[in-house]
Amino acid sequence: MDFEHESDDPFRDDEDDPDAHLSLEKESTKEYVVYLVDASPKMFTSTCPASADDQKEESHFHIALSCISQSLKNQIINRSYDELAICFFNTREKRNIQELSGVFVFNVPERDYLDRPTARLIKEFDRIEESFAKDIGSQHGIVPGTRENSLYNAIWVAQALLRKGSAKTVDKRVLLFTNEDDPFGCIKGAIKSDMKRMTLQRAKDAQDLGISIELLPLSHPSDPFNVSQFYAELIGLEEDELADFMPSSGIKLEDMKDQLRKRMFKKRIVKKLKFIIVDGISIELNSYALIRPTVPGAITWLDSVTNQPLKSERTFICADTGALVEESTKRFHPYKNQNIVFSTKELSEIKRFSTGHLHLLGFKPLSCLRDYYNLKPSTFLYPSDEAMDGSICIFIALHRSMIQLKRFAVAFYGGSSRPQLVALIAQDEIIQSGGQIEPPGMHMISLPYSDDIRLVEERHSEKVGMVTRASNDQIKKAADVIKRIDLKDFSICQFANPGLQRHYAVLQALALEEDEIPEIKDETLPDEEGLARPGVVKALEEFKTSVYGENYDEECEANAKPSEASKKRKAQAEVATKECENYDWGELADTGKLKDLTVVELKYYLTAHNLPVSGKKEALVSRILTHMKK
Amino acid sequence: MARNKEALVLLLDVGPSMHSVIPEIEKVCSMLVEKKLIFTKYDEVGVVLFGTEDTDNELTEEVGGYQHVVVLKNIKVVEGDIVEALQQLPRGATHGDFLDAIIVGMDMLIKKFGETNKGKKRLCLITNAQCPIKEPFEGTKEEQVTTIAKQMIVHGMRMESIILRGKLNQDANKKIMDENDQLLRIFSTETSARSTYVENPVSLLGALRTRNITPSTIFKGDLELSPKLRIKVLVYKKTAEEKFPTLKKFSDKAASTDKFATHEVKVDYEYKSSQEPDKVVPPDQRIKGYRYGPQIVPISQAEWDAVKFKPEKGLKLLGFTDSSNVLRHQYMKDVNVFIAETGNTKATLALSSLARAMKEMNKVAILRCVWRHGQANVVIGVLTPNLSDKENIPDSLYFNVLPFAEDVREFQFPSFSNFPAPIQPNEQQLEAAANLVKMLDLAPQGKEEVLLPDFTPNPVLERFYRYLELKSKHADAAVPPLDDTLKKITEPDDELLQQNKSVIEKFRRSFELKENPRHKKSRRLLREERYGSGEENSKGEIPALASNLIEDKSNVEVDNIGDLTPVQDFEAMFARRDNPDWVVKAIDAMKNKIHDLIEDSHEGDNNSKALECLAALRKGCINEQEPKQFNNFLRDLWSFCQEKSLHGFCDSLSSKGITLIPKSEAADSEVTEDEARSFLVKSQPKV
Repeated sequence: MDFEHESDDPFRDDEDDPDAHLSLEKESTKEYVVYLVDASPKMFTSTCPASADDQKEESHFHIALSCISQSLKNQIINRSYDELAICFFNTREKRNIQELSGVFVFNVPERDYLDRPTARLIKEFDRIEESFAKDIGSQHGIVPGTRENSLYNAIWVAQALLRKGSAKTVDKRVLLFTNEDDPFGCIKGAIKSDMKRMTLQRAKDAQDLGISIELLPLSHPSDPFNVSQFYAELIGLEEDELADFMPSSGIKLEDMKDQLRKRMFKKRIVKKLKFIIVDGISIELNSYALIRPTVPGAITWLDSVTNQPLKSERTFICADTGALVEESTKRFHPYKNQNIVFSTKELSEIKRFSTGHLHLLGFKPLSCLRDYYNLKPSTFLYPSDEAMDGSICIFIALHRSMIQLKRFAVAFYGGSSRPQLVALIAQDEIIQSGGQIEPPGMHMISLPYSDDIRLVEERHSEKVGMVTRASNDQIKKAADVIKRIDLKDFSICQFANPGLQRHYAVLQALALEEDEIPEIKDETLPDEEGLARPGVVKALEEFKTSVYGENYDEECEANAKPSEASKKRKAQAEVATKECENYDWGELADTGKLKDLTVVELKYYLTAHNLPVSGKKEALVSRILTHMKK
Repeated sequence: MARNKEALVLLLDVGPSMHSVIPEIEKVCSMLVEKKLIFTKYDEVGVVLFGTEDTDNELTEEVGGYQHVVVLKNIKVVEGDIVEALQQLPRGATHGDFLDAIIVGMDMLIKKFGETNKGKKRLCLITNAQCPIKEPFEGTKEEQVTTIAKQMIVHGMRMESIILRGKLNQDANKKIMDENDQLLRIFSTETSARSTYVENPVSLLGALRTRNITPSTIFKGDLELSPKLRIKVLVYKKTAEEKFPTLKKFSDKAASTDKFATHEVKVDYEYKSSQEPDKVVPPDQRIKGYRYGPQIVPISQAEWDAVKFKPEKGLKLLGFTDSSNVLRHQYMKDVNVFIAETGNTKATLALSSLARAMKEMNKVAILRCVWRHGQANVVIGVLTPNLSDKENIPDSLYFNVLPFAEDVREFQFPSFSNFPAPIQPNEQQLEAAANLVKMLDLAPQGKEEVLLPDFTPNPVLERFYRYLELKSKHADAAVPPLDDTLKKITEPDDELLQQNKSVIEKFRRSFELKENPRHKKSRRLLREERYGSGEENSKGEIPALASNLIEDKSNVEVDNIGDLTPVQDFEAMFARRDNPDWVVKAIDAMKNKIHDLIEDSHEGDNNSKALECLAALRKGCINEQEPKQFNNFLRDLWSFCQEKSLHGFCDSLSSKGITLIPKSEAADSEVTEDEARSFLVKSQPKV
């Protein structure tokens, strides 16, 4: 492992464990996606009622594009090795390898049709609606009297785009956005059934080649999308899956976007686990990483002259003899003035406990799971009947009992990196406005050992007789504050990471060689307006008075007794500012006379302008010049 | 280093009632000293035993009394011999008096350090407190203990007691135990000594902190409820993973005679240009690049510093919310604790009132934190109340980091209710499961919670440090297996299983698990397994079943065109796309079939069938963009019929309107519309 790379990571907190997510996430396969967007006039005329407070309606076409745009931005950050193509059908113009009419593959220079996302693609795709009518155009592709079949063509183009790569190592997907549940509605008779059959055959061909076709229907309250009309057969839905699949009609715009966005994800299994419940009963579980910190990609070192990537090479040198050595299989630890030598085999033996298995130890009430029993993000478990019939049944039975009895399971997980005790919490499915908010399953939470828990509170015990408990009145006043500053619909997904957003905004701007870096709104700042509302201010004032008495401000001053050092610093700064005014710095700089001043004098300027005062005289002079922009 | 050195006196009860747990005491105490040898090797340790047959301490020589108390090791800087002594504690023969031992321990500390080393002097008592202490010469036992406790404060000593209870005590006198508990409680309230009650050997191993980490703040300053109301707080780590020690790479190159050899291996990194592999690029010629899609964007540190996100240091409240809005599994990292500034009564009260109000109302607080200046990002987290049940410990708040929108993957999973009935558990199965969940109880009422994280040691670290000590004596020793105590952490407790034998048996009988026969065949599974293991193991897999939505339902795969249903066979072959060759094969087979039909036709009795086939072939060739295949075939067929004078067939061709495939129907065709039409027309006159 290259340590230099890690220490340079701008987001890594000092205490972050570099292995923590590496070990969990081995997303070994790539994904190729073709976004197939219906561009028929109906997509532009159908709109979705916006939420009550926002009057703007959005066309289905716009919704589809914004979902894709969001997904592209996500992809370039998280999975930039995956490839994608964006393809419209029911278009006036055509652009595709097969020269089929009614299908237009959107692309930007220096990129294949199916390729990794680039900064330029994202940028131009964001603007596509402005020029869509002019450059691509919307036009019904299936009209009576012709045998044109734009849906058929679209699937064929998608299939051709996905020809590259083996289905064994690549996940190939077609995501089809449309609001037309009956594409051949305007055609009659034998031609209709013929076209329908051909299209289905085309889809089946694609599926036989390992391409999965997924439908993302856009619906309107007055005109719900009927999957069984045609598409159920196209994507191969079974009877009992239909109900599950149908988007609830009449959903709000935000919910629809939400549902589409969720459907666009491909679930990836992190690991398959064997869960030993009792002797002789073990079930199969798949684990998924639903929550993991997103960090900016690793740094690649470049040659500053050519901007070409550099290869890092690691060599091992014996500290005693200076000889080059092979990577050693022996490790040592100093102990009692000796070096105790271990082989790597012995070390992994120490850490080995029933690897990969989850062993049930028992159950405890949920109240036993304290808030400080946490070390890292949880892992989601969902049962699978693939290898063991009956796993799902047992899982559901336990799941239901654990929810009813308000208990969690304690198990030992023999993971290779850190064998540990885990808590398994049964999570019931939560559905809100037609979408799944929390999937049903169990969350695996690593429990700390006694070695990991610090007894901080006890070190802060007060002397006997000190009042440490709030009075009832104080608690009541605090409760008023809590009532006033209430985040009703708080959800963990509501904040984008401002640091990460900024990081990628900078990268995008630099990648596109733009001068301006777009400002990123920091959503994590407190709602100042809300806090300034009279009711809130009053509640806070009353709480303050009840705890601190009338003289909070003075007390604050008194408490924040500036230390001797800071007093001195402050005095110095004042003197410096005063002294600083006695010189005409601009003049001195222009005439090159700065170097004639003493270091003490130079420091007046630096202190007055809050600049570092360290370094040699030349450094100070150049720092002043830089600051004056000269 | 030395500034923080600690002096610890272990006061160990080795009386007869303790014998059963002495092995655990030996382990935990020797581990403590081992860790001191590694992490804090200037610490000093003394060992006092009580309940011994003998008596050996300075106080008994000076003032008499203090029977059955033996100073095993005088206070000294930790050394290997202390570990060895602790590994083979003698078994005592009499009842010990823990108060005598405490006084002997205090006396040792006072004699050695006097007034110095305040706060760094520690006593650690391990006993089952089953035996009564002696009546004092004057006053009550309570008064005596109070006096001693006061002395402890004067000398800046802290005491920690681990008291064994529950299963670890056999036939003890409850009255005496209660009295002793009462006395020990005086210590906790007077001196804020920590006393821990443990009921099983595992917790005994975990109850004594074997490594003493001085907590340091990660933030010191204001918790800002609003710009006008700030509470002074200190933020500490509440949990932090104690990692497996990082071992250095060992080099055996140094001569065995070299006493000063470090045996270390240095790792050197060199950056080389990809074009000229021999050229090493010096650090000042390197620039950092970040990946953005296929591009790598170079950014110098200075540029980066100018544009990067620079949040201001501070903790700001965003608001309060129902605790149900934050789910337990959303906690991201190790946990911090918010404590009011030391000695700041008002801040203590402010935190206490917030914590208590939050608890009452079932609310949590959402916070935006920037712990230190120059931190590259903000942290969003949740504060939950931690109400103290001890008078002298103030209330505090726990802080857990929450994910950002980017960190959450909203995968969708099928509802359990949507699974078909045979998969759903029935009444009886649900009951069996509920019984298991109820009976396999790790937190039984009135008893100590089993495997309480606060008292459960890390078995990996236990094993490592024991092995380290073992290896220091026998370099070739093998890794020791887990002992029975540690096995209670990694495997279910036999005793618990025995108690619930019938429940478990019922559970086992209620469910049926079967190896899934489809398992080996499913390609999808193989693919998923690759995600899991990252191994390519799909050699010779069956090439069907591509989509995860379409399950092939026992279709017998068609690989040739038969006589009965040639059109259907042809379509089935066409539909089979596990291999692109199928299309060509189907076309060829169909051509042969048509030929055969026409040739074998007796007075045109096969003509209609041949025409059907031909129509199917035509359609297929259009679909597959193979117009040439069909056109050439039709021309051949035409001339074949002409040669053989099979005019009947030609007639039916034109009557059915089967002609060449023109460009308008298939883009690849070289035949024009007119040509196609005239193909039949021109042949007509010949008839």
